[in-house]
Order: sequence, then structure tokens, then C-alpha cells
Amino acid sequence: MIQPATIQRLDINAIRRQFPILNREVKDKPLVYFDNAATTQKPQVVIDALVNYYSEYNANIHRGIHTLAEEATAAFEATRDTVQQFINAATREQIIFTKGTTEGINLVAQTWGRQNIKAGDEIIISTMEHHSNIVPWHILCEEKGALLKVIPINERGELLLDEFQKLLSNKTRLVSIVHVSNALGTINPVKKIIDEAHSVGAIVLVDGAQSSVHIDIDVQDMDCDFFAFSSHKLYGPTGVGVLYGKQDLLEAMPVYQGGGEMIKEVYFDKIIYNDLPYKFEAGTPNIADTIAFKAALDFMSQIGKEKIRNHENELLAYATTELEQIPGLKIIGKAQEKVSLVSFIIDKLHPQDLGILLDNEAIAVRTGHHCAQPLMNCFGIPGTVRASFAVYNTKEEIDALINGLHKSIKMLS
Amino acid sequence: MDEHPNIKDIEKEIADEFSLFDNWDDKYEYIIDLGKKLPPLEDQYKKEENKVRGCQSTVWLVADYRDGRIFYKAESDSVIVKGLISMLVRVLSGQPPEEIINTRLEFIREIGMMTHLAQTRSNGLLAMVKQMKNYALAYKLKNEGVQK
Repeated sequence: MIQPATIQRLDINAIRRQFPILNREVKDKPLVYFDNAATTQKPQVVIDALVNYYSEYNANIHRGIHTLAEEATAAFEATRDTVQQFINAATREQIIFTKGTTEGINLVAQTWGRQNIKAGDEIIISTMEHHSNIVPWHILCEEKGALLKVIPINERGELLLDEFQKLLSNKTRLVSIVHVSNALGTINPVKKIIDEAHSVGAIVLVDGAQSSVHIDIDVQDMDCDFFAFSSHKLYGPTGVGVLYGKQDLLEAMPVYQGGGEMIKEVYFDKIIYNDLPYKFEAGTPNIADTIAFKAALDFMSQIGKEKIRNHENELLAYATTELEQIPGLKIIGKAQEKVSLVSFIIDKLHPQDLGILLDNEAIAVRTGHHCAQPLMNCFGIPGTVRASFAVYNTKEEIDALINGLHKSIKMLS
Repeated sequence: MDEHPNIKDIEKEIADEFSLFDNWDDKYEYIIDLGKKLPPLEDQYKKEENKVRGCQSTVWLVADYRDGRIFYKAESDSVIVKGLISMLVRVLSGQPPEEIINTRLEFIREIGMMTHLAQTRSNGLLAMVKQMKNYALAYKLKNEGVQK
């Protein structure tokens, strides 16, 4: 238990001032941004890092010998070091830059997967996966004649670990599991899952798209084999992500895409590939956004992830209590361990209608199936309304959501 | 042939109705009201082949061709989409295929509902307009084929 007295309060107004977009109005009303699980807004330091790069030292990286190229390379590689610390990877070579979580998962499916998965092998995912942690494995299984097995969940939206144990066998090659559900907020016990998967010789990929902004990530302690996440959900720019992998796995894996950067020597009849991490980074990378990603990670570290989490958990508790008082409202996803997002439905009302009317009140929520159709089917609903909170959100904004919902319900009923 | 008002005239009627509203709440209340009043589609039509797939709401659409004109019936599980459908049916149902194919549905912009036709809304309305036009095109081609 956290003692209230020990919680150091964040100056949320000071934090809000660092996000220029929070000053804008929608339909003459102040914006309330509760779609943070889709993407977070960006602090001024991130925007400045992008502008500075393009105004001061834009250059292609790694091979240029001029000053600008050296500065750009140093800034780009500095992000790799910061990411290494952020997830406590053993070496910087294990940090591979991607476009985002989706590309990270596809990279593993297309390299490790194609090399290691054979007919009759089994891959385990869960009911609460995002489409990006279903489709790459479905494609791979179709190609190889392998089987996709799915861990079921209970009505609170928690994985049934007993069922997971039953699915594990000597045929299991890979468990690819979401750390935090984007639609429910459930925090999955990945460490336990990883231990059990390892006991049958399977490897584990953790989809960290939603967890990395809320939870302290220590890939060595977790002992995951792969961990993928995206910059834009951590206050950073879109178009950058990270794939972490265990060194021996990454070294044994075949290359992903061919091109510049990922080679050492090229002959028409023979190619010597580059070392990690460059082996997986073909072509000119997303230099500007990768550099600015460091500013986002520094922004989070300066505030402190624990303080951010405490604030977000307060918002979650407040929103949950207030929402539950609305007649006919049902929260979907009531796991014991949850991050700061609430998914809900209201009796007889379509989530999309609620979303449109909340937008009319300048409240940005996400409605729909949240790219998790099998999960929605499991609950027997077409979708939910999802409000997800970030460090800059306030209780007053939750009050605005509650008022907006009351008004929407009145209009729709 | 009956004296069915043309598309432009109906569009103007709707735009005039909306010009009475000076705020968004009133516009949405009106659309919701239209949605609630839209006659439900008979269950026999609510089948897979009549579904217009949007990202979030489901729309069912059927078309019937009589005397050189197309008649539409539609429904959605979202009441706001039903309201928007109600307006589209009012404008397009009973029109000749040629007119339906060529209309730009300017009234949607005029009443400030253009965002609902944007790709980003993914609410099925754009897909529905496309499907209505596809029906018109199909009947037009079928009709031309018969005449040849």
C-alpha cells in the first residue's frame, strides 16, 4: 500500500503548460484529451527536438564524415542509450529501432518465426491481444502449418493462468503476449507467464505498447526474449518504435529487410551483414523522430515514472467511482491490476453515438472495438467507449466527461 | 411518372431546416430525432449481404428499382447514423439512377456534417453513400443492357 502522505504531488498545471496542444479548443470548448492509449500528446521539449534537428543539424547518419552527420549520428545513437536504460537492457546492441510495436512484432514473426516455426508447432497468444499481435502470427501459422492457441480470460478481463498452463506443451515454440490490454487496461502477470513458457522451452515476446508508459520496464528481470513498444504512446513522436531482443536470439535470426546500413560488405554473389543492431535497421532510419524520442523519455524520467503512475492511478480510481454511478453504465475490464484506462458501455446506447456527442463537448475518447475484435466478441459487444489518462489529465476533466455523458445519455434516450 | 422533387430541391429543404439551428446540440438533437423516427428495416433484410461495413456501426441497406427510380431502405445500430441515413434516404430515394450517381450531396457540407463523411470517422456513412451510388450504377447498367 502507498501511504497518501508519502505521495509527492505533481504540479499538474506546470506539466500541462508544457503541452501546447492542451491550450486548444474544439467547438469553442477547452479540449479534454482522453485518447492517450491511442497516442499521447507531445511536450514542447519533443517538438523542440524535432525543430532543432531540422533547423540545426539535419544530415544522414552513420557514414558521413562532416560535422552535421557526426552531430546527427551522436544524437540518434544517444536515444539508443536512453532506451537501453529505460528498459534496463544489458547492451545497447539489443535495442533495434523500428517504426513501432507492430513492426517489431512483424520483424520477429518474419525472421525468428520463419526460421524456427515448423508444421505442427504451436504459438500461444491471448484473447485480449491487439490485432497487431494476432495477424502476424496468423500469417506465419498459415504459411508453416503451425497452430495458434489462445489463452481465455475471465469476466473481469484477466487471463486464466490455469488454462494457459494446459495450453503449454513441448509443441509450444512461442508465447506472444500483451503486457497491458489496450481495450481493458488489464496488467498481465508477464513474469509468471515467461517463467512457465521457458520451462517448456518456448520463448516469449511481450507486446509493451501500452505498458511501457505506465509500468517500470526491466527486460532482464522480466526475462522476456523480445519486448516491443512505440515512442508515440510515451509522449514521443509517431513512426519510431523499439524492438528489444536477447542477444543470442537476435544474432541467430536471419535479416529482415535488405538495403543500406544493414550490410558490411556487398558483392553480387555474397553479402556480409552488419552487426547488431544495424543488421535489422535497413535504409535511412527515421532520424528526426528517433532523436526526439529521447526528449520524451527524458521528460518522463525527470518527472519520475512512479509519480506519474500515482497521479494516473488516482485519476483511474476517481473515474471508476464516478462512472459507476451512472445508471446503466457497465465497465468492461475490472482486473485487479489495471493501468489508467476505463472501457465502458451504456445500456441500449451505441458507443459511437456517445463518442460523437462527447466530441461535441470537446471530449476526445476512443470508441469501437479498439483493434481487438476477438476480445469484443468474447464479451459479446460491438465495442466500448474508452477513456485513457495521461500525466496531464485532471479530475476536473473527468468531471467534464461525467457531465458530458449525462448530457449525451439525455439526448440519446 | 410522379412529381418527385429533385435532389437539389430536397437538399435545399434540409439545409433550410438546419439553418434554424444556431448550435451543435440542436443539430444533433434533430438528427437523433430523425434517427429515432426512421422506420425499422424488416428483419428479413438484416442479413450479411445487405451490410455496409463501417468501422464502428453496422448499416444495412437495400435498394429497389421501380419505374426508372431507385428506392432505398436502411437502418443502423447507431441512432446518429440512423439520423444521417434518414436524410440520405430522403434525398436519394425515388431518384433516377443517373441523378444519384452524379450528385455530390452538397447539403452534408452545408449542414456542417461533412466530418461524418470523412474517412477518419469510419462510421459507415461514407461506405453507405458509396453503396447507394453502386446500386444506382448497377441498375443503370442493367437497364441499359435491357434496352440494347
